Amino acid sequence: MKRQRGGGVPLPLLVPAVLAVSFLVLPLVGLVVRAPWSSIGPQLVQREVGQALRLSLLSATLATGVSLVLGVPLAWVLARSRLRGRSVLRALVTVPLVLPPVVGGVALFLVLGRTGLLGRPLYEHLGVTIPFSTTAVVIAETFVAMPFLVISVEGALRAADARFEDAAATLGADRWTTFRRVTLPLVAPGIAAGAVLCWARALGEFGATITFAGNFPGTTQTMPLAVYLALQSDPDAAIALSLVLLAVSLATLLLLRGRWLGQREVTA
Amino acid sequence: MSLAAHVVVQRGSLAVDVSFSVADGEVLAVLGPNGAGKSTVLRVLAGLLRPDGGEVLVDGDRVWDDADRHVPAHQRSLGMVFQDHLLFPHLSVTENVAFGLRSRGVRKAAARAEAAPWLDRVGLAGLGDRRPGELSGGQAQRAALARALVGDPRVLLLDEPLSALDARTRLAVRAELHRHLADYPGSAVLVTHDPVDAMALADRVVVVEEGRVVQAGTPAEVARRPRTDYVARLVGLVLLPGTGEGQQVALDGGGVVAVAEEAAGPVFVAVRPESVALYLDRPAGSPRNVWPLRLAAATPHGSVVRCDLTGEVPLTADVTATAFAELGLAPGADVWASVKASEVAVYTR
Amino acid sequence: MKTRALVLLAAVAAMSLSACGDDSPPDDAAGSSSSSAAASSSGGDLSGTLTVFAAASLTDVFGDLGDQLMADNPGLDVQFNFAGSSALATQLTQGAPADVFASANEKQMDVVTAAGLQAADPTIFTENVLEIAVPKGNPGNVTGLADFGNADLTLAVCAADVPCGAAATAVFADAGITAQPDTEEEDVKAALTKVQLGEVDAALVYATDVQAAGDDVEGIEFPEAEQEVNSYPICTLSAAPNPAAAQAFVDLVESDAGQQALTDAGFRAPTS
Repeated sequence: MKRQRGGGVPLPLLVPAVLAVSFLVLPLVGLVVRAPWSSIGPQLVQREVGQALRLSLLSATLATGVSLVLGVPLAWVLARSRLRGRSVLRALVTVPLVLPPVVGGVALFLVLGRTGLLGRPLYEHLGVTIPFSTTAVVIAETFVAMPFLVISVEGALRAADARFEDAAATLGADRWTTFRRVTLPLVAPGIAAGAVLCWARALGEFGATITFAGNFPGTTQTMPLAVYLALQSDPDAAIALSLVLLAVSLATLLLLRGRWLGQREVTA
Repeated sequence: MSLAAHVVVQRGSLAVDVSFSVADGEVLAVLGPNGAGKSTVLRVLAGLLRPDGGEVLVDGDRVWDDADRHVPAHQRSLGMVFQDHLLFPHLSVTENVAFGLRSRGVRKAAARAEAAPWLDRVGLAGLGDRRPGELSGGQAQRAALARALVGDPRVLLLDEPLSALDARTRLAVRAELHRHLADYPGSAVLVTHDPVDAMALADRVVVVEEGRVVQAGTPAEVARRPRTDYVARLVGLVLLPGTGEGQQVALDGGGVVAVAEEAAGPVFVAVRPESVALYLDRPAGSPRNVWPLRLAAATPHGSVVRCDLTGEVPLTADVTATAFAELGLAPGADVWASVKASEVAVYTR
Repeated sequence: MKTRALVLLAAVAAMSLSACGDDSPPDDAAGSSSSSAAASSSGGDLSGTLTVFAAASLTDVFGDLGDQLMADNPGLDVQFNFAGSSALATQLTQGAPADVFASANEKQMDVVTAAGLQAADPTIFTENVLEIAVPKGNPGNVTGLADFGNADLTLAVCAADVPCGAAATAVFADAGITAQPDTEEEDVKAALTKVQLGEVDAALVYATDVQAAGDDVEGIEFPEAEQEVNSYPICTLSAAPNPAAAQAFVDLVESDAGQQALTDAGFRAPTS
């Protein structure tokens, strides 16, 4: 009779789990250990750092907002409606997940660039250009992050009991009222989890941003871009910036810890 | 506020074609085995399912369903009570009960004010701020009833409202439901598979099997003269088909039963288990119905043992546990069964 | 016991793997660069892999030279890493393995020599000047360097630490222009792509890039470019896994054939 170690976790599960944790955590530990702590102060107070951080937080939050407004209704259509071709629609919606982000950036150019499908009429008639602006950053981040939200919320909707919606209908609620007062509150934890995923993905987006939005401090230079560029000439600065991003991300995820798995109560 | 319905709908391999009407203040029970289509019928009445044919009319002229129109559920004046109460878990009891009013545009304060007396009426006074998760099964079902009745719906639909409750709670809630249904002025349709619910709560019963109505009448009529095996078993009767020949009936499966009323043509013979007496030896006496049978199975029900008998005339007999023990009966034993002719019910098929 | 055997096995594996790399025959002329054609075509002796880190602006020319070296030496595989010179320099100082480094300016080569990574002193092999690139049709009506101070135009330059960007910064300072770029690209090819896509009104790239882009792009020369000419140094690296091939490549670049290829592409012969 083998005695189980690790608080009741069977050994064949414990070993891979420990390896997994190491794989995921060691690089972060390396970042903290090798950071140039002595010179980090002056690095961090440079203007560009504050600009990049503010821009990153702002654009990720805006991208998540847009994703919620557009993505939740889309998730409802995928989960609840009886439209034909829903599976094709679902596949299309998840393409940005498998598309390399840089390819996504190029694709956005082809549609929203100055000579793009939609961009050209926008430019010629309204004088509006989208690339190389903060708007472009938000668009690029929304493009890569919204599918996470859609999939998350669709899953939550499918798992939710549709009979509550029947009950609401018998009580006189039309489909829109049912959605607002019954469906949405019931899947709120799922939406929150999806929004966290979306925000995290948007915060870390690099390829589509640098391709479509370009790189300019204060306007389009998000933290990941700043880190990448710093790495090319000053690795210590890159590490310092990475630490800031790591700290911000950790803080946010810890704050939302309770809702991470869609649970109402915060568990240990 | 009457309801006239002819429901025609195809659900998978089940073709449902059912007609009935319910007058104001009347309670109709739809009784039937699982898969018979009862809940389907209810969903059509509720407007949650569009029928393939037929019509649903309220008050004689208000069309809810016909060949051209289908009024969706939220536009029908109805209240529905579900088996699992389906109270909205994220709202308090009062908010649940007030939901129907608020959906129709009543302001929050007015809706709460109107909902409050209903809570009292169903015995949930003071529990208005609780969440459904904090209520017992019986309390939740009472709240569901209040939620359905607020707003004075024309039609009240109940889908197996007592099935999810434990036996003791069921007794209490059934009694209360009886009171509320008696006070309810509209047409009520109750779907159940429990004949006791039908007996206790309904004015009339409609038995549905495999999508068709096989029997209709008052609960007493249906219980006394079941027309299908299902109902007979439900009410604990043994139902045997046969052909009447005067004062006796030749059973389709062989055997002859002496009856008190004259009968001719295709008939059902129904025997109550408590009318069957068992003997170890052939009894001599007045009963003209005596058969040698074999005890196939014995199931205790409280102080009574229900015996399944096979042979010439397959019967079910209820004997006291004491008698069962004294006779030394066990499955496989050969016994003699007798029934007085006057205790055998005969009716045309 | 088992762990010891595993460690031994790992060590043996590591040694045999590293031994595989040194297939090239011993080199006679160690480290010396020569401008004659004799050393370049070794007549098929070179083999293994040659890794060249080169500035993005050298993509087309070095690609062709690499093909030629591979054609002459069937056993040799030439791999290039084209990127902004600053990125390459940082990679090298962080320990990336390479045989040859060609930078777009001397500052980034200094980063490498400061770390002592060169096998011998670097030599200048070519020069490049900046030129303004505009999309075909010149939609922004750009006429000269002064337009880079126009905030209404959509403009691209290279990031300041990339040689192309460093030269641009210097040129703007010389001309007294406050540049208003909309994006700072991480290498010159990325800036050029924006022009080719028609997404920017102008970008400050190299003359060689304008030539390489052909009809997609129009070039506008400007006099201030002559004040900030980028000299391109090249060197073999001391930790080169394939020193013979490294030297052969450098010789090819500095040979008449290599120099011709460079000038054909729009580069300039090194002064001095």
